[in-house]
Amino acid sequence: MYDFEWSSIPGALPVVARGMGVTAQITLVAVVVGIVWGTLLALARLTDRAVLSWPAAGYVNLFRSVPLVMVILWFYLVVPQLLKRFLGVSEAADIRMTSALTAFALFQAAYYAEIIRAGIQSVPKGQVASAQALGMTYRQTMWLVVLPQAFRNMLPLLLTQAIILFQDTSLVYVIGLADFFGSSYQVGVRDGRLVELLLFAGLVYFVLCYAASLVVQRLQGKTAR
Amino acid sequence: MGYTWNWRVFLSPTPSGDTTYLVWLLQGLQWTVLLPLSAWLVALVLGTLFGVLRTAPGRWLPRLATAWVEGFRNVPLLVQLFVWYFVAAEFLPRAWGDAVKQADPLAQQFLAAWLCLGTFTSARIAEQVRSGIQSLPPGQKNAALALGLTLPQAYRHVMLPMAFRIILPPLTSEFLNIFKNSAVASTIGLIELSRQSQQLVDYTAQPYEAFLAVTLLYLLINVGSMLLMRRVEARARVPGYIGTK
Repeated sequence: MYDFEWSSIPGALPVVARGMGVTAQITLVAVVVGIVWGTLLALARLTDRAVLSWPAAGYVNLFRSVPLVMVILWFYLVVPQLLKRFLGVSEAADIRMTSALTAFALFQAAYYAEIIRAGIQSVPKGQVASAQALGMTYRQTMWLVVLPQAFRNMLPLLLTQAIILFQDTSLVYVIGLADFFGSSYQVGVRDGRLVELLLFAGLVYFVLCYAASLVVQRLQGKTAR
Repeated sequence: MGYTWNWRVFLSPTPSGDTTYLVWLLQGLQWTVLLPLSAWLVALVLGTLFGVLRTAPGRWLPRLATAWVEGFRNVPLLVQLFVWYFVAAEFLPRAWGDAVKQADPLAQQFLAAWLCLGTFTSARIAEQVRSGIQSLPPGQKNAALALGLTLPQAYRHVMLPMAFRIILPPLTSEFLNIFKNSAVASTIGLIELSRQSQQLVDYTAQPYEAFLAVTLLYLLINVGSMLLMRRVEARARVPGYIGTK
């Protein structure tokens, strides 16, 4: 059996806490941008106009059929070129964070779009008909009647997706960004205590995600009608 | 942009000289097909087992199954993979652990990725099997028991066949997920498709061609398995449920 030696954990805490800051930042930006952009994609997909619905469907299906690892690598390749071209940022600058944020936000939007589309479709048709009968425009119908009810219905799903996203941010490992997992791994390699640090990281993820999923379950009980 | 496209890069010889980059890609594709398919078998067996246990009578078996599901669902896939690859051998008896560590690196990587994807996906399948079983009318189980079937027989001949036909659509998306999740195995060095794309970038400095080719291959795998599963779904659909013609 392996001799465990946990003494490098206390010293590692400040480093991995900084890593957790990176993880939290990516998660937060991706959730916010993902929901806003995902709502627009879902609305575009549900219109009768092919000019809007086809590109939106293509975007969603493309992002959903490619592994997240590839998406992260793609954006790490493309974002520096775009930054250089449009903002004049030098190619040597550290753009790992920017490209990770872009990749996660755009990737998550595809997944959120599907959840939100289902949420909008779960609103009874009579709601739309009554809003229009009252003389509301499309924008008023969506903003004042359909979306508030849709978001209420899908809140648990949106939060569950956020938990999955929080776990998936560990994949920024492939571009060498030190998020919570990346910094735990680095400390483990540095101290020759990879086994302990990996188990520690796994435990922290488990506690956070399990607690969050319990909250979602309670919420589900409350919003269910 | 000043980028020179060169699609013929795939036909140029690799540094070792004996093959082309195209062959590298195909080797990657081979692992990206083999790994998920073999892990899918593990996931189906374990997922069915734990899904059934979650609905089983008694206190401890359902709790054990719940712990299995929650454990694999609440830790990131990448962390699980690293634990299988770097940690698991330490928990084996010393002689076994040493044997694993001295094995061929490719075998070690494959074993870790296979166990990781299999168990990770099994937790998801277990949830679907559970919801499938619970969606059945209770009369089915009671009727089976009243006819003199034992509980295992009722699961085997009545409840599971129905449950699987009902949960086929979510199983399909899990089947697509396992292919995408297999890309994570590139982080421990398994030479599957995404790993080969990074290798090609390093060796040829033609990143766009390499990434486009690999992305296209993933799309093909996705569309291919979707069409396959759609046929299975069409054949297995239960008459009388929504979605039946």
